[in-house]
Amino acid sequence: MDLNYTPEEQAFRAEVRAFVTTHLPADISAKVKQGKRLAKDDFVRWQKVLHQKGWGATMWPQKFGGTGWSAVQQHIFEEECGEAGAPLQLPFGLRMVAPVIQAFGSKGQQDHFLPRIVDGTDWWCQGYSEPGSGSDLASLKTKAENKGDHYVVNGQKTWNTLGQYADWIFCLVRTSSEGRQQEGISFLLIDMDTPGITVRPIIMNDGEHEINEVWFEDVKVPVQNLVGEENKGWTYAKFLLGHERTGIAGVGRSKASLKHLKDIARKESSGGRPLIEDARFRDRIAQVELELMALEITNMRVLSAEKEKKAPGPEASILKIKGSEIQQTIAELQMHALGHYALPWLQEALDPAWQGEPVGAGYAAPLSGHYFNYRKTTIYGGSNEIQKNIIAQMILGL
Amino acid sequence: MDFNYTDEQNALQDTLRRFISKDYGFEQRRALAKSDAGFSREHWAQFAELGLLALPYPEEFGGMNGNAVDTLLVMEAFGRGLVLEPYLATVIVAGGLIRDAGSDAQKEALLPAIAGGELMMALAHYEPGARYEVSRVDTAAKADGSGWKLSGAKGVVLGGGAADKLLVSARTEKDISLFLVDRKADGVTVRSYMTQDGGRAAEIHFDNVAVGADALVGTKDAALPAIERALDYGIAALCAEAVGIMAALDEATLEYLKTRKQFGQPIGRFQALQHRMVDMVIATEQSRSMATLAAVKADSPDAAERRRALSAAKAYIGQQARFVGQQAVQLHGGMGVVDELNVSHYFKRLTMIDLTFGNTDHHLGLFSDMLLAA
Repeated sequence: MDLNYTPEEQAFRAEVRAFVTTHLPADISAKVKQGKRLAKDDFVRWQKVLHQKGWGATMWPQKFGGTGWSAVQQHIFEEECGEAGAPLQLPFGLRMVAPVIQAFGSKGQQDHFLPRIVDGTDWWCQGYSEPGSGSDLASLKTKAENKGDHYVVNGQKTWNTLGQYADWIFCLVRTSSEGRQQEGISFLLIDMDTPGITVRPIIMNDGEHEINEVWFEDVKVPVQNLVGEENKGWTYAKFLLGHERTGIAGVGRSKASLKHLKDIARKESSGGRPLIEDARFRDRIAQVELELMALEITNMRVLSAEKEKKAPGPEASILKIKGSEIQQTIAELQMHALGHYALPWLQEALDPAWQGEPVGAGYAAPLSGHYFNYRKTTIYGGSNEIQKNIIAQMILGL
Repeated sequence: MDFNYTDEQNALQDTLRRFISKDYGFEQRRALAKSDAGFSREHWAQFAELGLLALPYPEEFGGMNGNAVDTLLVMEAFGRGLVLEPYLATVIVAGGLIRDAGSDAQKEALLPAIAGGELMMALAHYEPGARYEVSRVDTAAKADGSGWKLSGAKGVVLGGGAADKLLVSARTEKDISLFLVDRKADGVTVRSYMTQDGGRAAEIHFDNVAVGADALVGTKDAALPAIERALDYGIAALCAEAVGIMAALDEATLEYLKTRKQFGQPIGRFQALQHRMVDMVIATEQSRSMATLAAVKADSPDAAERRRALSAAKAYIGQQARFVGQQAVQLHGGMGVVDELNVSHYFKRLTMIDLTFGNTDHHLGLFSDMLLAA
């Protein structure tokens, strides 16, 4: 047990920092640091840069084209990417569908899809939630009828993140209505260009188009796009959620956000003094920093243990709960640091091309929207209440 | 970084667990707490045999060369057992201070004696009215021939009654110095009492107590950094002890939720209680991370890095321990507030740990104020 970085780990950090700071396109990091709107191309360009270096999939085993890094190495990488202002590597391909394909997919699926995920060719999105199936996901109704060489899919998915850019969607569909509802679910990979698919935007509370409804009307899906066995999809779905939770702690990004918060608190003034000199506000920053310090170590402890067991266990739920709470708190404090300058809503200021005059400080415009948007974090990926049910049942045996 | 214990540490953990479950049962412990001394000399001798009293000292002074994680394992186990013997006062704080600031002669005279179980010591530093302010010392040492004369008062000296020798901080010409004083020396008055958690502490008065030149520990007028460091080792140890208690309370509470029946079913079926239990477990895991950080950073030669980590850990664990302690009591219902069950004893010890060596507010303040400099 030693929480000090070894000389090898320090050298690794230097290598990552040197690469990220020289190869992350400056226009992208400027957008990230200023809270501007990111385009599809920003995410894809960064993924391609990482892929060329061989770092496209830091969480995958080497045999599938990943780096095979240790938990500590991944942590260092995420921290350096957060610090440099790199865009998030979106989880839908890398962290969600890929581990399922690796564990349960056919050789053909692995050979076809995995390289296209890591090199940024395919943009994936998720088809899990439905209007009537949120926390009770297993009650989902989107139906896939087996017609021999293809399925016919009908139904509606919702809370689909960035599906407007997606090439592929992985879906949970009902292939049987017999027995327990969990036993009639299958996991399908669907080309978003297939006739019968309609994507309709849902505008979030920050005014942005981040999520969608996806409608399926007699959509034909070849049977070779079924992952694993028919009616075993619930097992794969739970496996996927474990991987999703693992990446969701977001320690590296929260450290960067915390630093931004401190910078803002030094720049904002209150009664002619820097806001950070207000002990009441400063103590709230200190409090969330304590939580983050603890989570940073818990995160690496859990990931290191998981690496030995190979698959994420229910402990990952702890990371999701604490990570999401911390993200929300930091976002809230960033907004509160602005005082009444949190009120102006300048949607146009999120456009990277916008040349207008800011109201208040230049960093102010995205912060309130970010706070409102981040209420999602304790809801998505299995709400924090569902995570607590998982811990109660899987770890504590209640 | 490495998140595994060594084989030796796993063996140490096994030894400690066996000792706690065999020789430190709840009823035995309760009787000990009520005895005159408040602890057992036999246990102390066992600790010496197991090498626990020698753990954090260099081999050349009879020690085992143990590191911070070894101490963490000991304190965690002692937390689970609610161990009463003054290990923290003697071995961690006072012994640590001699190890880090004492002369070779002092180390040779004191460390092997502590390691062997023959000598108990205590740090008499905090004063009435100073609250947690470490630099606030009014006790004075005046030069007297080649030696010194000490006068003043020290408050809530942990293990002060049992100590054979005291390390006393006192103001000298320019700043604070540290002196080795025999507890039975003329002019030393000790009022020992029981603490809320069954331990022992003392109010100690010094009335013109004469000590020789060789009683000075470390450099004159420059003892404060060494005292702070020793208290930081104490804080790291308290954090580990708290985690041991929190883990024990989680286990006890989980067991109770599974066995206690109301409305015709185990109360652990109720989601309101399940989620509370989960919150306790999360608090404990997060605290374990912070206690590990405290242990590792207590060794840091960088005083600012050490201050930041130790105050962070003490403040955070103070909060989480309060939560776990209060919820364990609440989920045990009436059984949580009675003397006959260990839950109330764990709760009281956790509460007193928060109030020792700076409470949550104090350390959150120190941590927060460091944000001004960063």
